[in-house]
Amino acid sequence: MSVLVDEDTRVVVQGITGGEGKFHTEQMLEYGTNVVAGAVPGRGGQEVAGVPVYDTVQQAAREEDANASVVFVPPAFAADACFEALDADGLDLVVAITEGVPTQDMSRVYRKLQETDTHLVGPNCPGVITPGVAKLGILPGNIFSSGNVGLVSRSGTLTYQVVDNLTQRGIGQTTAIGIGGDPIIGTDFVDALELFEADPDTHAVAMCGEIGGEDEEEAARFIGEHMDTPVVGFIAGRTAPPGKRMGHAGAIVSGSGTGTAESKINALENNGVPVGDTPEEVADHVEDLL
Amino acid sequence: MRLHEYQAKQVFADAGVPTPASQLAETVDEAVDAAEEIGYPVAIKAQVHVGGRGKAGGIKLVENTEEAREAAEDIIGMDLKGYHVSTVLVEEAVDFVNELYVGVTMDRGEGEPVAMVSTKGGVNIEEVAEEDPDAIAREHIDPAFGMHPFQARKVVYEAGVDRDVANDVASVLTTLYQLWDDRDGSDVEVNPLMITSDDEVVAADAVMNIDDDALFRQPELSEMAEEASEGDELEQKADEYGFDYVRLSGNVGIIGNGAGLVMTTLDLVDYYGGEPANFLDVGGGAKAQRIANALDMVFSDDNVDSVVFNIFGGITRGDEVAQGINQALEQFDEIPKPVTVRLAGTNAEEGMEILNEELVTVEHTLEDAVQRAVEYAKEVEA
Repeated sequence: MSVLVDEDTRVVVQGITGGEGKFHTEQMLEYGTNVVAGAVPGRGGQEVAGVPVYDTVQQAAREEDANASVVFVPPAFAADACFEALDADGLDLVVAITEGVPTQDMSRVYRKLQETDTHLVGPNCPGVITPGVAKLGILPGNIFSSGNVGLVSRSGTLTYQVVDNLTQRGIGQTTAIGIGGDPIIGTDFVDALELFEADPDTHAVAMCGEIGGEDEEEAARFIGEHMDTPVVGFIAGRTAPPGKRMGHAGAIVSGSGTGTAESKINALENNGVPVGDTPEEVADHVEDLL
Repeated sequence: MRLHEYQAKQVFADAGVPTPASQLAETVDEAVDAAEEIGYPVAIKAQVHVGGRGKAGGIKLVENTEEAREAAEDIIGMDLKGYHVSTVLVEEAVDFVNELYVGVTMDRGEGEPVAMVSTKGGVNIEEVAEEDPDAIAREHIDPAFGMHPFQARKVVYEAGVDRDVANDVASVLTTLYQLWDDRDGSDVEVNPLMITSDDEVVAADAVMNIDDDALFRQPELSEMAEEASEGDELEQKADEYGFDYVRLSGNVGIIGNGAGLVMTTLDLVDYYGGEPANFLDVGGGAKAQRIANALDMVFSDDNVDSVVFNIFGGITRGDEVAQGINQALEQFDEIPKPVTVRLAGTNAEEGMEILNEELVTVEHTLEDAVQRAVEYAKEVEA
């Protein structure tokens, strides 16, 4: 089994006629994903990689019975694309890949999200993959393998690294969720952990966090109070100096000692979560727990 | 992107927030002339992005021409916590009876903006937030509706602001929220907001941080922010190349793709006994030229003794990366610093075949690559 994405996932690609949208639609199709429609205003009636394009997400969802969308729309229009997906009937998953979405735009999307039952993953994320079944996003499918470990991460390339460490020693994954490194995101660690806890086929979870914010501390409390499935942690940014932003908009250590790698590692360890010093050690811990 | 005090004050004044009379000066003579024109006492304030400027000697209150000249001579050209001071703001000194803190920021935990007022103004508000959080009144704002007038009043009265000035303070807060909203602020603050004996409110300092991701729709602020850009030569060069770059104090240069993976590489350098010289994220989908630029950046840092490349391709392709590395290194008769490369993910195998192994050391795992780069750096130091 899996979370968020399975063989019944039917995907609309928003921005399918753009360079990224087209390329990754082809990649998703090749991986076996049911990409059933594209949505681009003014391009209704066209086809991209054999996929029919509609002018609106609503039309695409209605005509092709879609239940998920992936957003490959430039930053200035990305929030509007998310609103459109959240407004369309029948979509229960929206994955926003776009990097560089203004934070205030996301704040409004986040508010809208509270009124719906839809899961939004991202923005600024690599996407969601259920190995061997389907991927929604830009993750390189070939490094993943099917198995019983769930993975949730704030960083795309770090996801690849940890998955590689797992796959290399024969540990497969149920689903990997890249939640994104922005200050305001849809699905956070706690949401993802909740999904994995409820999935009987996920026997352990690897969680990759980083400096900045307090999401990892919150996740640690959630694990301590609500989870039976074992979790292994990793925190990037131990060497980051305070006040400097390390790439991700969220990855900044505040001057006053919150959001540091140390506080996150302590929070996790105090709630029974072993934390690897290296990605290789994360795989060691996961292996021990299985 | 953070605006300088004088720029933020201009934005605030244009929006109707009362600010003291002030002039910008780049030389001692200009500063003295400005002080004469404004009338003593005046404050002479270094325009650099450094907290605690006053304590560090970057702000001086002067009573006459002689003092003004002396203060301007001290401050212009000084090194303030690593930043060179090239301009000062000469500003009317406000005779105040009370100081407040007023600000709007994004509460990322809640995913919505929060307006804040505190009667403990004039000091480091982060310290107040830590030591006495109840001394700051907070009101969350629904970003879809914006701030209702009652919310401004609510937080001002909640903070215990004097009834005589409460309306004026609420009006400043309302304006700050509008600026925050219209101008894509991330933090918009006045600290201190001074209350005079005549119950006037005056913004004695101004902070305006703009969301970098929204600069595309704030052309005017974007131009200001460019003027305000600070940092050493390498950080400015990184801006030109469009890299996420942070200079650190060690000697192992680090280039990678993706913030989380680059941070992890830094951490591993530290874990294996080395010291990272920088954070450099080439971003997604980097082509050969971009990789060559990254190598150029790290080579031009004199502290760097050894370089490690850690690329895990998703969108980024290993063959492109390898071409960029070859291209950058083939121009040297002798490679200035040893380069260790680890390529994984998309087209990594093709990349490994392309890489000129006479120019670089190839390692197949992250751990091996980092350990090798740390060894090289130690050999150079020894």
